[in-house]
Amino acid sequence: MNKDLLLYEKSRAGRRTLRLGALDVPAADTTGLPLRQSPPDLPQIGELELVRHYVRLSKKNVSIADSFYPLGSCTMKYNPLANEVAATIAGFSEAHPLLDAGRCQGALAVMKRVEEFLAAVTGLPCVTLHPAAGAQGELSALLVANAHFAARGEQARTKVLIPDSAHGTNPASAAVAGLEPVTVSSGKDGLVDVDDLQSKLGTDTAGFMVTNPNTLGLFEPRIAEICEKVHTAGALVYMDGANLNALMGIARPADFGVDMMHTNLHKTFSTPHGGGGPGAGPICVSEELGVYLPVPRVVESESGFHLETDAPESIGMLRGWSSNFGVILRAYAYMRRLGPDGVRRVAENAVINANYLRVRLRDAYHVPFDGLCMHEFVATTRHQRPGGVHAVDVAKRLIDLGHHPMTVYFPLVVNEAMMIEPTETETKETLDAFVEDMLLIADEARERPESLHDAPLSTPVGRLDEGRAVKEPVLRFRRG
Amino acid sequence: MPFIPNTDADRAELLEAIGVQSVAELFENIPAELRLAEALPVPEGISEDELMRELGELASWNSTPAGGSFLGGGMYRHAIPAVVGALQSRQEFVTAYTPYQPEASQGTLTAFFEFQTMIAELLGMEIANASMYEGCSALAEAVLMAMGLQRKRGKVVVSAGLHPHTRRTLQTILRWTRLEIIEAPLGPDGRTALGNLADADTCAVAVQSPNFVGVIEDLESLAATADGVGALSICSAYPIACGLLQSPGEAGFDVAVGDGQSLGVPVQFGGPSFGLFATSHKYVRKIPGRLVGETIDRLGRRGFTLTFQAREQHIRRAKATSNICTNNALMALRGAIYLAAAGPEGLREVAEHCLAKAQYAQREIARIPGFEPCFPDAPFFNEFAVRCPLPAREVNRAIDGAGMLGGVDLAQLHPGLGENALLLAFTELTERTQIDRLLNTLSGLSQTVTV
Repeated sequence: MNKDLLLYEKSRAGRRTLRLGALDVPAADTTGLPLRQSPPDLPQIGELELVRHYVRLSKKNVSIADSFYPLGSCTMKYNPLANEVAATIAGFSEAHPLLDAGRCQGALAVMKRVEEFLAAVTGLPCVTLHPAAGAQGELSALLVANAHFAARGEQARTKVLIPDSAHGTNPASAAVAGLEPVTVSSGKDGLVDVDDLQSKLGTDTAGFMVTNPNTLGLFEPRIAEICEKVHTAGALVYMDGANLNALMGIARPADFGVDMMHTNLHKTFSTPHGGGGPGAGPICVSEELGVYLPVPRVVESESGFHLETDAPESIGMLRGWSSNFGVILRAYAYMRRLGPDGVRRVAENAVINANYLRVRLRDAYHVPFDGLCMHEFVATTRHQRPGGVHAVDVAKRLIDLGHHPMTVYFPLVVNEAMMIEPTETETKETLDAFVEDMLLIADEARERPESLHDAPLSTPVGRLDEGRAVKEPVLRFRRG
Repeated sequence: MPFIPNTDADRAELLEAIGVQSVAELFENIPAELRLAEALPVPEGISEDELMRELGELASWNSTPAGGSFLGGGMYRHAIPAVVGALQSRQEFVTAYTPYQPEASQGTLTAFFEFQTMIAELLGMEIANASMYEGCSALAEAVLMAMGLQRKRGKVVVSAGLHPHTRRTLQTILRWTRLEIIEAPLGPDGRTALGNLADADTCAVAVQSPNFVGVIEDLESLAATADGVGALSICSAYPIACGLLQSPGEAGFDVAVGDGQSLGVPVQFGGPSFGLFATSHKYVRKIPGRLVGETIDRLGRRGFTLTFQAREQHIRRAKATSNICTNNALMALRGAIYLAAAGPEGLREVAEHCLAKAQYAQREIARIPGFEPCFPDAPFFNEFAVRCPLPAREVNRAIDGAGMLGGVDLAQLHPGLGENALLLAFTELTERTQIDRLLNTLSGLSQTVTV
């Protein structure tokens, strides 16, 4: 029997899993209603076949739960199972978002405490949990900047300066916010070219978006000076908080001079990535910018907490309801475990593990910025170029050796980039096993480089023809 | 230390290999004056069992009356088959990243391909993406797509029957664009009155059905009007209703969006949910979000991969179709499992039960003196607005007093109907005894008011 059939190919008319009990009111009267002309073609599957289908699919994934997952910039740390248990507590999962405040004090208290935790970590006092993801957090913050400048009559500030090493969401979010992204170069040291930044700052600058540590895993040592220059030009500093894991408890972005930042609860605060969401991208801003944050806001008064849905200067809503509460709750469960000492230990061990891998791999692979790194570093396949081996080949071979690959071809400022972020939740033994396999691949690249082009061989499918997926698009199942 | 396996001995060994004397040395690139001298002011850490007790306590501060709930307004309590939670919670799905490495992600990718097929079928459209964050931002993204398709057109006409959060989301996003929002009011029948609002300068017409006050719109006529002026027609649908009622695609819409919460996702105080986005194949290069496509590997074996990535922010940066870089994968997976568990028959059954309960309730409520449907002749699905003889908040208080959760006080979210309008929702989980208790409570109020 072919175990790789789609649900649609297993479907047989008349089967199903969900059956309701008898209707206890008179049957529906559909007279006069606009009815469907034909039923939707959904799979018709019995319960056991349904279970087997998804269990088999799950086995075709590589996940943190089964493998080392050093995906740079994504902070693939352990996602504590207690978080998942927390999210299934009925008092939370069954709470309707329109409950009167008196009936949802527990949910509101969790939200308030997470806001306070994020304010403590970033040093930025005003926090909203509203954004559904990091990219929506970025967009929210840029709209906050827009509102701030509109209130000051400075609508001419329409440009956002963004380093060439930034995540793609930065310029994309700027564009959605109606702003014009302007690229700032990185210097030879991989850091922001402060002279280039200075030359582009002006009365038309709304903000500077900085990722710190940057996507090369390097801390920007001139960050305070950078923030000062941006402020002198009358603009705001936005920090992309994707790499907050390196800084928690060590240094606070507010002390650098940062005015606004987003945090990724699905990176730094251990909520799962879920195969591509849901995450949450709370933003933290200075006291001055707090009035512009999205609504609803959690407000505490003598009678307890409530959600404030109207605030005259707020930028408004960017999604339905207050937040991805289920994600907030998981982050809360994680934060409560850490405490002040634990927060610091997270950053320390993330940085220790990254530097250990850097030092162990720097002979076999080119490491373009080989000083101390923070929570991640970038290596390349420059040494493997003579054999025609590329970053993608290393990545695919790692899958055969039982590891999820690192991030490849990002950041764009480094050719053949392999961005490695081990996180603090891995053991030395796991790191050593990864190193051994990376060294093995380096040997293979020297001795029989062509073999690497065939990897992976152990997976359900080999390298896929991605060109065909665009040229002959098949985006849904169709009966033959 | 929780979740950190390195022992002191490990740390010493690692630091030695790195070639530094202390952890502090690793942070030397951070100027000393920027480093924290003290521990952060966060609460002391607790153990897992202490955490669970604390969460139990916090959860007990939330309370939903046990006698039944009539609260909807965009989030509904539907039955969730056990398979949904049990299969979605498999760690191989939960702890994977976005499937950028397709060979290591065929599980997630196959599930999305099936999801796209099911959502396209349900909404009656050619293609669907792998999901959005949730329904309100999905509709806003559809409007942004329309704006990109017709750059010379300056306005979007939106129905006053859109969910109020959808309208607010649109206002937030469009405030910084050149696009003007024109709101089409609801007529006395509770349906969107487009009039002559849509014209040659309109890039999109956006409606919701059933709309926020529960009324099923005349979708064919709305789609035709939009089409007549060359505007993109966008319909936000309630996916459960699509098991029985005309789909947006059947009615002629160009884009169908919606919120997927009703498909196997708990209400969770408002999120996470997932958004639906479906349209015609001709817009494939313009749509936001992730798309999964079928292809083959070198041996000709079928496989699935993210495709049309040139639309996306990690490739196209400022020129991307959207800044979105996730779908709400795990919630969409719940939706896929739910739809596969239901099948066309199951979904139709759920929809018929919702409709039957709401029809029973409306018929009986209309008999209670002082209570009348706000739109007595309008078609509805599982939710309808009632005009009460006293303010809705007082009616809700009485329902609460009888051990049930009342409806949406429309004075807050849809003020046009006055302070006495109450929106009541019914699903297959609403029991007749609960409806009868609601009727008793309303009758009691009726007598108090008329006496």
